[in-house]
Amino acid sequence: MNWSNLVAQMFNGLVLGALLALISSGLTIIYGTLGVLNLAHGAMFMIGGYAGYLAFEATGSYPIAVVAGAALVMVLGILIERVIVRHFYGRPAEDQILVTFGLGIVFVELVRLGFGSLSRSVPPPSWAQGVTSLGFTVYPTYRLVVVGIVAVALLILYLVLYRTRLGMIVRAGIEDSVMVDSLGINVYRVFMVVFGIGAMAAGFAGIVNAPVASLTPDVGESIMIETFVVVVIGGVGSFPGAILGGLIAGQILSLTSIVDPGYSYVMLFAAMTIVLLVRPRGLLGSRSRD
Amino acid sequence: MTAHRLPLTEILTGLGLLAAPFVLPPLGFAPNTVNQILVWGLFGIGFDILFGYTGLLSFGQSAFFGTGGFVAAYILTNDIVSSVPLALLIGMVAATIVGVLVGMIALRRTGIYFAMITVAIAEMFFFVENSPLSHWTGGENGIPGVPTPRFEIGQWSLSIGTGWPMYWFLAVIYFLGIVIALRIVRSPVGAVLVAIRDNPVRAAAVGHAVGLYKLTAFVIASAYAGLAGGLLGVLQGFMPPDAFTFDTSGQLVMQTAIGGTGTLFGPLVGATVWLFLRDFLQSALNLGSAWKLVLGLIFVLLICFLRRGLIGGLKDLWTLSRHRQVLEEPPEEAPPPAATDAAPLPAHHGLEAPSSGPILTARGLTKRYGGLLANSDIDFTVNSGALHGIIGPNGAGKTTFFRMLTCEVPPTSGTITFAGRDITGMSMTNVCQLGLTKSYQVNQLFSRLTVRENLRIAALADLRGKFRLDLFRNPARIPGLTEQVDRTLALVGLTRRADTPVSALAYGEKRRLEIGLALATSPGLLLLDEPLAGMSPRERVETVQLLKSIRQGRTMIVIDHDMDALFELAERITVLQEGRVLAEGTPAEIKNNAQVREAYLGGVVEA
Repeated sequence: MNWSNLVAQMFNGLVLGALLALISSGLTIIYGTLGVLNLAHGAMFMIGGYAGYLAFEATGSYPIAVVAGAALVMVLGILIERVIVRHFYGRPAEDQILVTFGLGIVFVELVRLGFGSLSRSVPPPSWAQGVTSLGFTVYPTYRLVVVGIVAVALLILYLVLYRTRLGMIVRAGIEDSVMVDSLGINVYRVFMVVFGIGAMAAGFAGIVNAPVASLTPDVGESIMIETFVVVVIGGVGSFPGAILGGLIAGQILSLTSIVDPGYSYVMLFAAMTIVLLVRPRGLLGSRSRD
Repeated sequence: MTAHRLPLTEILTGLGLLAAPFVLPPLGFAPNTVNQILVWGLFGIGFDILFGYTGLLSFGQSAFFGTGGFVAAYILTNDIVSSVPLALLIGMVAATIVGVLVGMIALRRTGIYFAMITVAIAEMFFFVENSPLSHWTGGENGIPGVPTPRFEIGQWSLSIGTGWPMYWFLAVIYFLGIVIALRIVRSPVGAVLVAIRDNPVRAAAVGHAVGLYKLTAFVIASAYAGLAGGLLGVLQGFMPPDAFTFDTSGQLVMQTAIGGTGTLFGPLVGATVWLFLRDFLQSALNLGSAWKLVLGLIFVLLICFLRRGLIGGLKDLWTLSRHRQVLEEPPEEAPPPAATDAAPLPAHHGLEAPSSGPILTARGLTKRYGGLLANSDIDFTVNSGALHGIIGPNGAGKTTFFRMLTCEVPPTSGTITFAGRDITGMSMTNVCQLGLTKSYQVNQLFSRLTVRENLRIAALADLRGKFRLDLFRNPARIPGLTEQVDRTLALVGLTRRADTPVSALAYGEKRRLEIGLALATSPGLLLLDEPLAGMSPRERVETVQLLKSIRQGRTMIVIDHDMDALFELAERITVLQEGRVLAEGTPAEIKNNAQVREAYLGGVVEA
């Protein structure tokens, strides 16, 4: 092992970590605001990828593919909230988990029906193909672009959450949704928007990731499980926690794979276990939620 | 529940298993499908105890299914053990041990955290099987060549092949599995598990070690999973790595939900539907891989509209048709007032409470929530046998004070001594076991159980201690249980409502049951947080009567806003205001205390 290899792996970890941070942010704001753990979140990631793939096949334009993928998943998220999830707010958390789990399976199987199990791929945009020299090593340009795009997306999400009225309501809802409700704010409309935004975060990550890894209907499943680990490490319901957890998870996964790729997941779950033992609420989890 | 009940469920299960090979084939079931149904049904028995009975939704049962399966398959194929039943047992033990370790981590959190953590841990097992341990497990190839069972008795040997012979082998094991599980869910442990599902906070408050019981359910589930995993390898002659995947856990969850949770048979029904539809959709309708889409849709619809699954739906239909007949009977008259002539419950036996002098002492008790000082430097003493009242305006910190006394929340500073023991920082469960408990301001009942079952949960904590693994005991044989429950029923005037579900009770009845739950733990010191809240004048009179009748032989502290009632009941009264003790004295002293009048009556002087 040499230094350039190590740095390259750290960059890989950063790419993966940034994506995980974005997907986890989506999962965590939905949970934080609605109290619903969305087990269809992995399917949202996958559908974002396929929607982007379709848009790219039709137009050949990468920006259109990204916008179309993200927008479609947002609409889908809003539909899911309106048609199904809304009726589960008054039901036990287990029912919410079961129904979103079932929805996830339905989406995966629908896509499998439409596209088959063969993998599809979206090429990186022409301006981001090839490699870039970082001085000490060369690195695929598109992966650097992914970090940039995801960073911008996270920044926008941050601004929405911390600088807008909607974000204020969302964060207040995380603290105390009953209080927000009683202040005369229509929480259900907020819930709908938040579910849409949360799903969109996963869908956006799905299409941005499509040129890095090929698309299959099952691509969301392992991502979702990694997302769970990220959220448990960072603290469920915490936006900063999701970002921190994502970056940590990305580094653990890629640095371990220098030694032996077979152990990277083992190390990831070991890290989660340690966090659970030392700090059950997660690194940045708040006390109020449990 | 009589001691000599005919084991009807067991007999019907046995008959069903005997009839299956004759009934199912004409319906289109291949023997191998039926065998798989049994394996999944057995797998699900344990999962149903965990999810249906205890309320813990795990998406990680594949970890134990795979562990049991691979351990059994490995020792069989490497000639470490030649007996299949022994290998299955060893696999089951291995899964059980893994279950203890995983449970200790996963059960640190509840609800969605628990679900997420079990998913992640199970996924780790998949990767461990696939890479670090692939030398032993075959990695992605699994372990081929798992032998079928062979029994040798003297010179006579019996080899069990695939198909229907294998069915009989599996059926015997399934039958044993269901008989054991039925014993477990009918045992005191089973009752506590259901209580935990309904209201974990109250289960802990009446003195059950909730964490240990949850771990028990988790370990039982992993034992069943381990056995089923081993059987999968034996059935297929091959141990597939798929056993460890998230899909396996998900399929189990879906089958159980389709069949119906909390019935033990739900997973079997669910597996039947699942595997039959899979074969039917794939081969008969030629749907190929779309079968899973159809099953996914069915699952979502069931969760939306028939949450209790097929068995639950049938049960609801059955009770609905019987309920119609009940409705035709004349409606029951108003519930009788609290029976005051019932024999009073003895106070806690385990406690060496002083017969006089202070039973509870709090020194410098302070609770701070961030910048908010809820209680500040409270000194408080109650003498044994006294009935002590606490009053104070809303927000005076009365409930926080009670929460600290029962160790529901730890004080920021200060000490609490109960019956000569420092209980500061103890758990609510341990404090209740010492004989100190409270009834809540907002009802904390086991809402899906009947009145009698509610009281039984509380009495079990008193009679069995905080944790006991009497998994096969008949609760009817616990000495004193029936008497304690019946006496409490009579005391709180709910004897005639004993078998009514809590959800069907009137508000006043629920309030009395709330007090009854605390009472059934036979506390030496009983705290009552606003027992009269929300009651009609008539109910108030009855409840005051009830409080008078239960004070014999025990100490009580009562918070209430009904000052007339408290002045009538209590010997001493403490007035809290803004988290501090404003005054303490006899009712007469308090009535005439100028500061209290100032605080309470806004300075209005009245006669």
